[in-house]
Order: sequence, then structure tokens, then C-alpha cells
Amino acid sequence: MHEVGLMTEAIRIALEEAQARGARRITALRLRVGTLSGVVPEALAFAFDLVTARTAAEGARLEVERVPAVWWCRDCEQEFGGDDPWPACPHCGGLKAELRQGRELEIASMDLV
Amino acid sequence: MCKECGCGLGGTPQILGGHGNAEAATSATSADSAPGPGPGHEHQAYPAHEHPAHPHSHASGDPHTDAAHTVAVQRSLLEKNQRLAERNRGFFRAKGWLVLNIMSSPGAGKTTLIEQTARGLRGRLRCGVVVGDLATDLDAARLRAAGVPVVQVATGTVCHLDADMVRRAVAQLNTDGLDLLIIENVGNLVCPADFDLGEDLRVVLLSVTEGEDKPLKYPPLFHSAHVALITKCDLAEAAQFNRAAALAHLQRVSHHARIFEVSARTGAGMSAWLEFLQHEHRRIRNQPL
Repeated sequence: MHEVGLMTEAIRIALEEAQARGARRITALRLRVGTLSGVVPEALAFAFDLVTARTAAEGARLEVERVPAVWWCRDCEQEFGGDDPWPACPHCGGLKAELRQGRELEIASMDLV
Repeated sequence: MCKECGCGLGGTPQILGGHGNAEAATSATSADSAPGPGPGHEHQAYPAHEHPAHPHSHASGDPHTDAAHTVAVQRSLLEKNQRLAERNRGFFRAKGWLVLNIMSSPGAGKTTLIEQTARGLRGRLRCGVVVGDLATDLDAARLRAAGVPVVQVATGTVCHLDADMVRRAVAQLNTDGLDLLIIENVGNLVCPADFDLGEDLRVVLLSVTEGEDKPLKYPPLFHSAHVALITKCDLAEAAQFNRAAALAHLQRVSHHARIFEVSARTGAGMSAWLEFLQHEHRRIRNQPL
């Protein structure tokens, strides 16, 4: 997918936040990535090294937290989990589930010096 | 806080269990009553915790002034695109345009469908097109030959259109009297799913020649669609297309989507699609700003 583009944006945001806080360097970056986001953590890690080179985030540690999918059934109005991208509701068998969580692509936090 | 061992959390220099510091014994007692770290902090909760070596070095004189601190950020990686997409949406609504984002795999028939949609709506709705492709303006040339105002975006290596590319392209488009803006996305069933362009309707194409199981293989994009068109229906028999299976898969993954079955080449099914667009255009135009 477009992991390099996403990581470029992540580092842009991180450097902006670091500068706003008067930090010299970013030593760790924590991302939250939904299991149904379509983003592959290994590809993110590869992009991270590429994109952080010669920035204030060079050499930083990347931590990726996978966020599990949570569905909400429109028929029986209950939640259920599972990374099946087109699940049937385990409570009522309904097929009209909406994804409530699992497509996250965000920066959670970072360590600054 | 020390960035490598986490000690000093809460500002109290916690030296328990063998940092080899002379203050260790005294500070241990006072730390118990100090407003220090909570019960979850290992150094305090487990005094027996071994931490003898202090294996890292500190560049500056005071070992703990150069330590990293954690800050919460909580920002989406797609926020910039989302912001630009909302700006596009406001602009499109102010203009009273119905805006479609057409997505499919390469070769599913996006350009032919758009060509025939623009022709079929002639005298009813005036169409303009933004076409995204990695390279060439072949699709744009086809549409231009059909008399449709068109702007090509060569995305280079980028596998999808984003809101800013669309904004720049629309600025180049002849939009006099425009009613319907059709954005032909890059042929790709993965990446365009994440990028809002400011459209009213996300339209996904599934051609009979590419197999019934595409919605199951690429669920995010199919799930995000408001409208699904089964295209090239004139080839269904030759391709041994299993219509029932395709509809079942679409209804499962894109259960909220309106489904049309068309052949842009023969015109079969096109009138229902065109009437739907006219209806949607009226709906958009009548929405309060």
C-alpha cells in the first residue's frame, strides 16, 4: 500500500509537534494501526527508516500498536470482535455490521528530548 | 525520567535496589510519602527489583536531565487529506455539483462508463471529468474526443488520487454550467479506499470479466462504496459470470450500496443509472447550504 506516504505524513506531524514543544530530538514514536486499516506494520517499519533519515527523528524507535476490529451489528445492536473483513454477527447471524474500530492510522505518542 | 530504564518517573529520583548511589537509603524512605509515581511503577512496588548495572551512559553531567519524556499526540495520519477533502466538499456544495469518485481495478471499464454517462446525460446534466492515472493522458484524450471537459492528473508513482490533487485539477477544469463532476480514480482496489476527495458518492465498478469474488478480496474499498456497478454485462455469458454469487458478495460487503447492472457499450441498464444520477443531483442541489 502507501506506507511510505503515510509514514512521511506521520513524521511531518511528529516533527511539527516536537518543534512546537521545543524538543531537539524524537527518540520514540508510537503509532496505533487498526488491523483492518490495510497497512502492513513491516512496511511501515521499512518506511520509517527511510523517512526519518537526516531528520530530528533519525534513529528513533518505532512502536506499532495493533488496534483490533470492533463491529456493531445493526440488526441486534450488539458489538463483536474479529478481523474478518465481512463478518456475520455471532449473536444473531446478521450481515449488516458497521466497523466501529479497526481502521485507525494515528500517532498515539512520542518520546522527546 | 530516564529514557532507557524509566526511573525517575514523577520527578522523584528513585534509587532503590542498587544504583550504587549514596542517597539510595535515605531517599527510599522519603519517597514513600512523597507525591511520587503511582502503584504501577515497578521500582516502587517491588523494592527487590534488580537494577544493578545501569548499563547506559549519560552524555551530560547530571545523569537524568537529558532524559526523554513522553508526550501524547493523538493525530490521524489522514487528517491533512481529510481537512482538504472537507474543503473540497464545501466548494462543491456551494457550486451545486454532484460529485462522484469512481473506483475500480484497472480495466473494469471506468473510462467507457464515464464517456457513455456524459453522452447519455447530454441535455440533462453537464458533466466534467478529472482523470487520475500514473502516466499518459490516453483516458483524458478519449473523453475529450467525446466532447467532455476533462483534466488529467498524472499521479506519477502515487497509486491513488488525494484531495489536494483533485483541488488542483478542478482549478484547471472548464466548469461553466457544470452539474456533475466525475472523478475517475487510479485503477486500484486498495489505496483509494482511504482517501476522501470531497465526493458525494463513492462508486465502485465490478466488471463481469474480473470475477465475482472481488468484493470479498478487497472489502475496504467495496465496503466504503455508496454505489456498485456491475459493468460489461454484455460479456457476462462469455465470461461465465455467476451473477447470483456476485450480487450476494456485493450485498454482503457493500450492503448499504445501490447496485446497478450495466453495459456501457450496448447501453443496457444505463437508463436506470442515468436517472439515479439526475435524482441525486436534484437531491444535492436542494440541500440547504
